[in-house]
Amino acid sequence: MPKDVPRFWREQLQRYNLMANKCNSCGKVFFPPRESCPDCRRRSIGQMESIKLSGKGEVITYTIIHVGPDDFEEQVPYPIAIIQMDEGPRLTAQIVDCKPEDVHIGMRVESVFRKIQEDGSIGAIYYGYKFRKCILASDQPSSYEGEARAEQAPVIQ
Amino acid sequence: MRDVVVIGVGLTKFGELWEQSIRQLTAEAGSKAILDSGIEGKDIDAMYVGSMSAGRFVGQEHVGALVADASGFSHLHIPSTRVEGACASGGLAFREGYLSIASGMNDVVVVGGVEKMMDVGGGAATETLATAADQEWEAFFGATFPGLYAMIAVKHMKEYGTTKEQLGQVAVKNHSNGAKNPYAQYRSTVTLDQVVNASPVAYPLGLLDCSPVTDGAAAVVLCAADKARQFTDKPLVKVIGSGQGSDTLALHARRDITTLDATVYAGRRAYRQANKNPADINLAEVHDCFTIAEVCAIEDLGFVEKGQGGKAVEDHVTTLGGRIPVNTSGGLKSKGHPVGATGVAQIVEVTQQLRGNAGERQVHDAHVGLTHNVGGSGATCVVHILEAM
Amino acid sequence: MTDIGIVSYGGSIPRLRIKADEIAKVWGKDGSRISKGLGIYEKSVPSVDQDTATISVEAARAALNRCQIDPQDIGAIYIGSESHPYAVKPTGTIVGEAIGATPDLMVADYEFACKAGTAGVQSCTALVKADYIKYGLAIGADTAQAAPGDALEFSAAAGGAAFIIGKDRVIARINHTYSFTTDTPDFWRRSESKYPKHGGRFTGEPAYFKHVTSCARNLMEQVGTNPTDYDYAIFHQPNGKFPLKAAKLLGFTREQVNTGLIVPYIGNTYSGASLVGLAAVLDEAKPGNRILLTSYGSGAGSDGFDITVTDEILHFARHNAPSIQQLVSQKDYIDYGTYAKMTDLLYWE
Repeated sequence: MPKDVPRFWREQLQRYNLMANKCNSCGKVFFPPRESCPDCRRRSIGQMESIKLSGKGEVITYTIIHVGPDDFEEQVPYPIAIIQMDEGPRLTAQIVDCKPEDVHIGMRVESVFRKIQEDGSIGAIYYGYKFRKCILASDQPSSYEGEARAEQAPVIQ
Repeated sequence: MRDVVVIGVGLTKFGELWEQSIRQLTAEAGSKAILDSGIEGKDIDAMYVGSMSAGRFVGQEHVGALVADASGFSHLHIPSTRVEGACASGGLAFREGYLSIASGMNDVVVVGGVEKMMDVGGGAATETLATAADQEWEAFFGATFPGLYAMIAVKHMKEYGTTKEQLGQVAVKNHSNGAKNPYAQYRSTVTLDQVVNASPVAYPLGLLDCSPVTDGAAAVVLCAADKARQFTDKPLVKVIGSGQGSDTLALHARRDITTLDATVYAGRRAYRQANKNPADINLAEVHDCFTIAEVCAIEDLGFVEKGQGGKAVEDHVTTLGGRIPVNTSGGLKSKGHPVGATGVAQIVEVTQQLRGNAGERQVHDAHVGLTHNVGGSGATCVVHILEAM
Repeated sequence: MTDIGIVSYGGSIPRLRIKADEIAKVWGKDGSRISKGLGIYEKSVPSVDQDTATISVEAARAALNRCQIDPQDIGAIYIGSESHPYAVKPTGTIVGEAIGATPDLMVADYEFACKAGTAGVQSCTALVKADYIKYGLAIGADTAQAAPGDALEFSAAAGGAAFIIGKDRVIARINHTYSFTTDTPDFWRRSESKYPKHGGRFTGEPAYFKHVTSCARNLMEQVGTNPTDYDYAIFHQPNGKFPLKAAKLLGFTREQVNTGLIVPYIGNTYSGASLVGLAAVLDEAKPGNRILLTSYGSGAGSDGFDITVTDEILHFARHNAPSIQQLVSQKDYIDYGTYAKMTDLLYWE
């Protein structure tokens, strides 16, 4: 697809930081941000406030892409999902750091910063969001570190 | 609003048509439709052409003018407009043509649809089709067009228990119909086993769950009902309902992932105008760009309950001899999907059925038919209902 | 005198691993002999969508998650790497935008082989000390490339660590820093070549050992300490053997070096290496622990730091980001073919 630098630079804040906006008239959150709220319409003019999404959400559907676009050929097969962010809006993104068959509806995920595309080897690199299974559970036990050590390669002599 | 009838239809073969350019394809379909209708060039008040992406497929925009020229009408200065709505371009062109007569502005209109997809090669064709999706928020992140419909399928399977076999049955049925269609791209039948075990494209969809890339063109001639007999003695087919709806561009922004609200809206408007219910429809040409799309379509058009689409296909409700035959032409799956032409080709099939001209594919006692054409993953939908007069 | 030092830190190590055995097999070598000889059992491999920028962002975000700093108060970002994604266009601005630190920000990218990250720590420390900035962010990160079949193929890995330097709520005070630098061409990469060249055994005595030991000795002399004054010693780790030898030469024990020695499990993360070692030490360090950190960068130089852990570490929200051990243990193995595909060893259009 044509990759024009200004077009993707314009959306950096959304892709890097999940910057969304909220209608202060009804509280609904939009990603990507909207000029006005489709429900409140003229009541929302001047009422749209920038907010940053937490990056946490849940997979509501997914697929595993086996035949991908040229730019994604190296990654095939890869899972892509529709994720419902905790704040409300949904988005479409790749799921990474797991086996494709581990992705399931209801999976809790968190955003990570990755390379999305690059314009060949001399064009620009475009970074943005992908998602992985949440690494830290909120009630993660402190014995986790002990388990981790036991799994390592042998200590060298 | 005046009554409008279809008085002529024309189709090229659908397939890999290396020898034919866009000009030749539209000239072939157009002249067949015009000959079928009995009109002459000077009778045409306007042309509408559905073309999704001639710019990316053959580097040519300004398709309205191109088609008028290729058809030999430039010296008559007939107004010619290209209509675009992704894969619904043909259906939208038909609606525009219909509205221009119904409103009283025109008496005779030629509607065409054309797409020439093979020249660019598979990867580029796939990328171009993906422009029907949300480029910045879906395609950019690696979602392919089959991937979007695959996500609909996964949700449908989880919520309603639809199975990969039921989806596969759609392909089996449509190939069985397409085998009887001399214009179809694929005239071979397929078994359920072949469909279910075909190479994966986007889970759960395999190669045979997906409609192909195709070259082709279709055309119809529309006429004000009260003037039709000036041109033809053939059975007339009246447009009794036309509905169109839009929805969010991105699949993730829809109200319900497994329902194409644009289909529901367009269908309701068409039924209301036609004063018909789903049960009154004798046959339907629906937009089976992927097998799951047909399952959702028969639900969203009210032929079966929401969630029962898979079971309906499994129970042969929609086969040629079933309660409501769907895609007797072979559908996009077997007939082929030259994007801009598809919506118009659907009208051609329904018209032929209502005239009794469908040969081996003929539905008995076909009086009322429906066409359903979708753009992207459901951001545009246009539905027409036609009745034999 | 106000403490100046580390306020927070975070690490990032890609999940994918390839075993030394797997690489050795391809080249007809004895994997277990090589692993024992190098002291490296497996190394991390970046996925096709990971690079120095993504690793830096992940490490920086981990550091921010562990403290209450407003990213807008970060006044400088220095990222040291041998594998910045662009030859011209800084990694620091990408990271700055991704953590919300722009636009009031000083940025420049650093290169000094494997010690570019610690050079960043020095710059941030100086800017904080001079009161030009409230907080500075120094990151060492790399996605190191090695020529197929070369000895470096067993060690060139990917990973990084980020350190926020400031004066508020310092968890580890930087008492002193000093560098020892000479023009020694032991390892380099010309701009047109994809892989570095190294001087074989020349990278040992006259390069790594001379600079690391000189730096450590001079630093301890300046501060007035002996090896026994330290609870932990962290040395740059191009393999699992060099740091142990350096420790021995200087008079440090195995116990002092163990915690900071991560290379056997993830390989040499180049500009990230000594900082990842420091992060691993801080993951378990207690108030009052004293740390000696000596990095090494080919070309050549060593940056030394004398660090004391403060009481503040007891209030530090370490659990808000994965520890180095957790990152080391979160792994998926790949085979050489997959490794070749991902590290662009295969040529395709």
